[in-house]
Amino acid sequence: MIGLGWTGRLVLIGVPLLWLALFFLLPLLIVVKISLAESTIGIPPYTPLFTNDGGGLELRATIANFALIAGDDLYLRAYLGSLGNAALATALCLLIGYPVAYGIARSQGARRQLLLFLIMLPFWTSFLIRVYAWIAILEPNGLLNQSLIALGLIAAPLPLLNNQFSVELGLVYSYLPFMILPLYGSLSRLDRSLIEAAADLGARPLQTFLRVTLPLTLPGIAAGSLLVLIPAIGEFVIPDLLGGPDTLMIGKVLWDEFFNNRDWPVAAAVAVVLVAALAVPLLAAQRFFEREHAA
Amino acid sequence: MPSRTAGWFGLGGLTLGFGFLYAPIALLVLYSFNASRLVTVWAGFSTHWYGALFHDEAFGAAGLTSLEVAATAATLSLVLGTLAGFSMARFARFPGRLVFGFALLAPLVVPEVILGLSLLLLFVTCESWFGWPSRGMLTITIAHATFGACFVSVLVRAQLAGFDRALEEAALDLGARPWTVLTRITLPVISPALVSGWLLAFTLSLDDLVVASFVTGPSATTLPMAVFSRVRLGVSPEVNALATLFLCVVFVLVAFAGWLMARAERRRQI
Repeated sequence: MIGLGWTGRLVLIGVPLLWLALFFLLPLLIVVKISLAESTIGIPPYTPLFTNDGGGLELRATIANFALIAGDDLYLRAYLGSLGNAALATALCLLIGYPVAYGIARSQGARRQLLLFLIMLPFWTSFLIRVYAWIAILEPNGLLNQSLIALGLIAAPLPLLNNQFSVELGLVYSYLPFMILPLYGSLSRLDRSLIEAAADLGARPLQTFLRVTLPLTLPGIAAGSLLVLIPAIGEFVIPDLLGGPDTLMIGKVLWDEFFNNRDWPVAAAVAVVLVAALAVPLLAAQRFFEREHAA
Repeated sequence: MPSRTAGWFGLGGLTLGFGFLYAPIALLVLYSFNASRLVTVWAGFSTHWYGALFHDEAFGAAGLTSLEVAATAATLSLVLGTLAGFSMARFARFPGRLVFGFALLAPLVVPEVILGLSLLLLFVTCESWFGWPSRGMLTITIAHATFGACFVSVLVRAQLAGFDRALEEAALDLGARPWTVLTRITLPVISPALVSGWLLAFTLSLDDLVVASFVTGPSATTLPMAVFSRVRLGVSPEVNALATLFLCVVFVLVAFAGWLMARAERRRQI
């Protein structure tokens, strides 16, 4: 920056870098360390990784926690269940979000500002509250079942809450704005003359959409999908409040391992595997973001 | 696409999308005024639950804790995030830039359970080595400031990307000192990002359940933790009332931030 000496630069870059190294990167390393420890009763409830019994430091690492995760198919099913739920939620968000983003991008002036504001507003309201709001709607004697019965469409309440359906609904509902905003970004930058040109050349609407609009908005689709997929995989609140006994999601497994079983090393191992699985999409997200900034 | 078809596509999408997003929130607000405890029965308009909420000491204490944590964390986030945003926007290369960029972006999407668990293990390790920090409001504040700073840095960076550097150069050419340029030109121009960044960090902190649950100690309960333990038992009208109040405050704050941004945008265009 102009007029900034070396000390200034060092502070400008160094302070936040040091903070993040200390409170984001270092903790991830500590998780790896604890995942190699054994669970024990005490404070803290895990064994030290290095012990000193007179003859110098001795490393006491175990892969027992990872063996447990690999051996018990509960974990594998939870990882796959999370991935499946998150992937389906991503697809549904895309399906619902695209027309919404399209509608916003097509509107003009103050209307567009208002619509954008309404999409952003849920970001600012409580995530927990918005998930909770669905309980009253989906309960066996909740609003939806009551309405359906009153309309004579069903005779007995449908099981809408505490199952796969409610978890999926919660995921789509909570993460929809994260999909719409990047899609809107892509769609609003779209050169309208390209679409007119396609129409002039005789392309039908669907053809224009598939061959022009969709390919040009792929960056938005990719960004939105990453913003939904990655956090949804590790989601805890939604499976806990809206899920049922058949809901297996890794964020909830990790939470239970930590808070209920108080097995910190296994919880850490679950986290390590999750981070490893998320590394590729995370790096993709970063590349994406940097390219958007460079453009 | 001919505009008739596209128009219907857009309008239909908007109606369904916004209906889906807002119907549950609207119902929540509506039922906070229901005299009955049951969701299914509308027993008439009542502000009973708001009264009950104000006399609920658990919520009151947790609310104060949350506000204090959120205000401190948001301010810390603002400082750290602004420094980080400047670093990334103004320096195309420096050692560690790639790692820095990753560490700024990853907390935005990494599942909260990972952030929470990793920070807790850090704090526990620190405590056993140095006897500090004891878990509670301090550790929650540090945790919230960390991810808050990442959000602020994104906003600041985006605002700086559209910043006309000629303004700074002109001021320097006219003899202004770097500090004066920063406080009289640069910071005022990016102030919309600073305001919305602080507000975003504040609401994110106020809203966080998962990270706070991991890093807290026995001494501190935040509002989301209190709400969560209540709603795990089912629908609670007091929580509906609380949510409605929260929505009102958020609405006013966000509208204010939006107005600030619109005003700054108009001024820039003039």
